[in-house]
Amino acid sequence: METILDISGLTMRFGGLVAVSDFDLQMEKGELVGLIGPNGSGKTTVFNMISGFYRPTAGSILFEGKDMVGLRPDQVVASGVARIFQNNRLFTDFTVYDNVMLSQHVRMKASPAAAVLRLPIYARQEAEAHETAMSLLASLGLKAVAHEQAGSLPYGLQRKVEVARALATKPRLLLLDEPATGMSVEEVTDMMDFILRIQEEFSLTILLVEHTMRVVMGCCPRMLVLNYGKTICKGTPEQVQCDPQVITAYLGEEGGQ
Amino acid sequence: MKPRFNVQWLLSALGVAAVMLFMYWADRNLDPYKARLLNLWAINAIFAVTFNLIYGYTGQFSLAHAGLAGVGAYTMALLTMSPVTKANMYLLEPPMWPISVVRWPFLPSLLASGLVAALFGLIAGGPSLRLRGDYLVMATFGFSEIVRIVISGLPSITNGALGLKNIPKIANNAWAWGMVILTVFVTKRLKESSYGRALRAIGGDEIAAEAAGVNLFSHKLLAFVVSAFFTGIGGALLANLLTALEPKLFSSALTTGVITTVVLGGIGSLTGNIIGSGIYTLLFELLRTLDQPWKLAGYTIPGRYGTRVFAISLVLLLMMLYYRRGLMGRNEFTWDAVFARIRSVLTRGSASSAETAEQGEA
Repeated sequence: METILDISGLTMRFGGLVAVSDFDLQMEKGELVGLIGPNGSGKTTVFNMISGFYRPTAGSILFEGKDMVGLRPDQVVASGVARIFQNNRLFTDFTVYDNVMLSQHVRMKASPAAAVLRLPIYARQEAEAHETAMSLLASLGLKAVAHEQAGSLPYGLQRKVEVARALATKPRLLLLDEPATGMSVEEVTDMMDFILRIQEEFSLTILLVEHTMRVVMGCCPRMLVLNYGKTICKGTPEQVQCDPQVITAYLGEEGGQ
Repeated sequence: MKPRFNVQWLLSALGVAAVMLFMYWADRNLDPYKARLLNLWAINAIFAVTFNLIYGYTGQFSLAHAGLAGVGAYTMALLTMSPVTKANMYLLEPPMWPISVVRWPFLPSLLASGLVAALFGLIAGGPSLRLRGDYLVMATFGFSEIVRIVISGLPSITNGALGLKNIPKIANNAWAWGMVILTVFVTKRLKESSYGRALRAIGGDEIAAEAAGVNLFSHKLLAFVVSAFFTGIGGALLANLLTALEPKLFSSALTTGVITTVVLGGIGSLTGNIIGSGIYTLLFELLRTLDQPWKLAGYTIPGRYGTRVFAISLVLLLMMLYYRRGLMGRNEFTWDAVFARIRSVLTRGSASSAETAEQGEA
């Protein structure tokens, strides 16, 4: 197996507050790793650093051997890392189709002039993007709602559309920020299947942040626990569940599921 | 999507041909006052469409319009006026080279007006588009004011506060409306391309757009420069229509007028831009009476210059409070909508008059 993501010593300070300190993570290609921790423990901050929204105070992020620190979010996407957000950030007045088409713009090389004049180079790219969008929507079971406004869909579907939008950038690493939070029991089960399925189908490496313990425990063979910005535990779900530090920090409060 | 060489496309082509034929006729037969109003409508329409591109789609509230229009207008005037006219008019300082010798034909001058405005757009947009929200508003407003003040302060180039007169009047309604059609065409095609999706995504949610791989800065700059180019063209046509320019013509009142137009028609609708600018042009003309003394129930109310600007501002204020959607909202004129309407009228068998179709593309 080859290492796809190599994070070492990642630290983020906001003034006096240390949001994340000395975060290390190595991910093998095709792995699904869970990142859990109580509210405010720095999970989303880690995501923001990997995806280029925050510039880390210290540490390095190597993705496929390439240094990601200092890249803009769109450059990170172009390098093959996509994310979804904790709070829904769909373009609600776009159709589902347009949401998925939008993410392919990053790969389209035709100039604005070629786009305005609808030159063959642009037409070809747009046609390719259309094919990709339709086959992606079909394989994710979203074809029926392709031309619905994204904002008009039920919450569970909106989350899937957001994943579809991320997948349309053709990522090799996918960062999922609480994909199942706020969902009903059936929706959670559905989302777990969905995550495992896309991992397989698109041969993805996935880093998953989740509050719903059932999802992380059920999906991830390996996980990390953050508390106050520090990694307090690493291991299999069984190891993590038994770790006394984790129980006091997290599971203890949750009632130890 | 599939390329569509179909009925809608044909109708649009016919619509454009009809508009151009009408303008050709109007230039020869309409009385000068009406022709002038029609021409002004075209210019306001161009400004509205370019503002819509940067604000309605891309969500960047820019107040640079007056400055960019000024750049286009002065470029047009300086390129088309004869060296002799300029030499006679520049009383403060003689015109500097190359302004003292240059004289270009209309079409290259029009293109140059757009390009120079686009260059200014690039210079202004470079630093200011890195700013967000209120800061962008301040920076672009500052840019526009700087342009106006620099125009006043460079007598050897622009004849300063004395302004320019006797600018050759070459553009007519056919030219002006031809430019409207070109502006609408380019804007619409851009909006409906993958670039347009990126621009509208930025207008919707910048963070999500970035996460979807959109380079915010380069796309904002693209919208700003394209918008600046056509704003410059609009300014050039304005110089041609007025045949006289002075710096204060390009004060913030011009930008306010453009914003009123766009709000009136519906932010984000090209159809709304065209209709809104027509209403605005007419309204502004009719309100001219407010600037003159008028009688109300036997009393004479003295006219005061600028009352109509006040009235227009009031319209803008009321619209922002009660009618933000504007006339069209985000909707566009489409042939499909016209077909649907005709079909529903026919099936109901009612004799209600068929909707008169506004010019536009499907």
